[in-house]
Amino acid sequence: MTLNRRQFIGTSAAMATVLSAPMVKAQGKPRVVVVGGGAGGATAARYLAKDSKGGIDVTLVEPTRKYYTCFFSNLYLGGFKEIEDIGHTYGGLAAGGVNVVHDWAVGVDRAAKTVSLAGGVSVPYDKLILSPGIDFVDGAVDGWGLSAQNAMPHAYKAGSQSELLKAQLQAMPEGGVFAMVAPPNPYRCPPGPYERVSMVAHFLKQNNPTAKIIVADPKPKFSKMSLFQEGWANHYEGMVDWIGEDFGGGNVSVDPAAMTVTIDGEETKVDVCNVIPAMKAGRIAELAGVTDGNWAPVNAADMSTKADADVYVLGDAASQGDMPKSGYSANSQAKVCANAVRGALTGSKVFPAKFANTCWSLIASNDGVKVGATYEATPEKIAKVDGFISQTGESADLRKATYEESEGWYTGITTDMLG
Amino acid sequence: MRLFGIIFVIAAVAISSAAVADDFGDPAAGEQVYRQCKSCHQVGDGAKHRIGPHLNGIFGRQAASHDGFRYSKALSRAGTSGLEWHADTLDAFLENPKAIASGTRMSFPGLKKPKDRLDLIAYLRAFSDNPANIPEADPTASPTDHDIDPAILALKGDPEYGEYLSSECTTCHQTSGGDDGIPSIVLWPEEDFVLAMHAYKNKKRSHPVMQMMAGRLNAEEIAALAAYFAGLEE
Repeated sequence: MTLNRRQFIGTSAAMATVLSAPMVKAQGKPRVVVVGGGAGGATAARYLAKDSKGGIDVTLVEPTRKYYTCFFSNLYLGGFKEIEDIGHTYGGLAAGGVNVVHDWAVGVDRAAKTVSLAGGVSVPYDKLILSPGIDFVDGAVDGWGLSAQNAMPHAYKAGSQSELLKAQLQAMPEGGVFAMVAPPNPYRCPPGPYERVSMVAHFLKQNNPTAKIIVADPKPKFSKMSLFQEGWANHYEGMVDWIGEDFGGGNVSVDPAAMTVTIDGEETKVDVCNVIPAMKAGRIAELAGVTDGNWAPVNAADMSTKADADVYVLGDAASQGDMPKSGYSANSQAKVCANAVRGALTGSKVFPAKFANTCWSLIASNDGVKVGATYEATPEKIAKVDGFISQTGESADLRKATYEESEGWYTGITTDMLG
Repeated sequence: MRLFGIIFVIAAVAISSAAVADDFGDPAAGEQVYRQCKSCHQVGDGAKHRIGPHLNGIFGRQAASHDGFRYSKALSRAGTSGLEWHADTLDAFLENPKAIASGTRMSFPGLKKPKDRLDLIAYLRAFSDNPANIPEADPTASPTDHDIDPAILALKGDPEYGEYLSSECTTCHQTSGGDDGIPSIVLWPEEDFVLAMHAYKNKKRSHPVMQMMAGRLNAEEIAALAAYFAGLEE
């Protein structure tokens, strides 16, 4: 692994700040610690540093030196992207004034207002923003656990897991079986499993056309269902067998050693098994004591937690109301949160919360679809205002334009997050 | 006696077509207006693409859909996302082409008088007289008045609020001005920006994401965004 100059400078500057922080209160500047450098955390850190013009000391704690976006990782599986196309470093954030610390946050002392890191230091904060993404619920799929994730990858945190699943897909025998165990609601990226089915089918159609895909799903319906089903029939006829709740799709167990999947009592030998278990907030949210059940309830106006006004939770980990758990949503929430946090710490103007989300999915080459909505803050939750969805039977031109738009969005949001 | 009868019938036809002209514009007057278009567009028998595409059969046609003509990215995009030429969309486009497709190559400031547009549309209608490409409803669609209130154009926005609101734009639109897949929104004249956003808000401009985004912005917020983006240019 090589570090470029900006990264190196960013990292060492960040470490120096962290080490000196307990002694020197950084010239009395207000301090924000952001945990998690994904779509929510990176955006919040960047906007706080950018908009406060150095007036706030912003530290981002993120264990990985390279971030692979979950969005577009299915396109990597389908062969539309290389893994490096979806990998991003934090050099741009460091150059933008964010102290980037590559370490794990392992605890939060809300009384002392500090975050402890695996490396041993503890970082003080005035405001803490947690954007830890998801973890998996223990025992959610009978027979599967984290120790089985090499035999049966989830590939729902992008990077090495995506590469593993791709390698397994490439190694499938002719006419083999690819199984997916889909997650129950709520989960990260509602159309994600079905875009993945499409991308796997696209890969197999070209490389292994007699192979089959079985999806065991605990839900009776799913995001963009009619669009995906139309696409599967048009592009991959007879390849995809989706078994929903009505047909026992929720009654599933797996045996990673034997490579079998049992759906509603019927055991099938499979060649690849992609298990996407039920999800919960990333662990640090639970350690901070701001979760209630699997997720962290937040106030819609500023994303502060119901448990602690100085601790905010963004993105997938938050329980906020109507927004889907997506990178776009996390990015949108981060901007509302950054505006509110900056206002609270520096007295800058705080503007009303406005949220939006759009999710693009690729079904086949140049066959893109999208769904989106706008949201507002109500006293109870983030509430949907207006929305749209692609229609079945759209022209090939429109689908191509939608796909091209998604490529534009990818460049836009990664720049917006990481500088 | 018979002669009188014929004259009477002719008079009746003349009266009724005058009434129609009031509703749908006067094609003869429209032909005069069309002189402004002639240097770029041909219409009628044997019309060919020139600087602009020929205008035969334009009613009901998807924008930017002639195979043999090279359109701007902006108009092609508007076409694939649903812009079709009907009386109302033509009226909006003719009033200010850039409000409907910002990057259109049609460098024409627009016809500001509603009657000119009405007449021109009536004139162009005559060259679309082919049932194959005229939906039934077309001839009865009358242009709608969608002038933006000058008071809205005169609003002075708060650039700080605009900066906050702009963060919603930059999720997709790049501040570098890159325009692959998603158009650039930097370096726009302030008024064009306001017109375009109101055209989305009023669903005159087609694109579901933009109609949704602009739809919930009020006039002050659109002015704030315009002020912020205009400030970036300096």
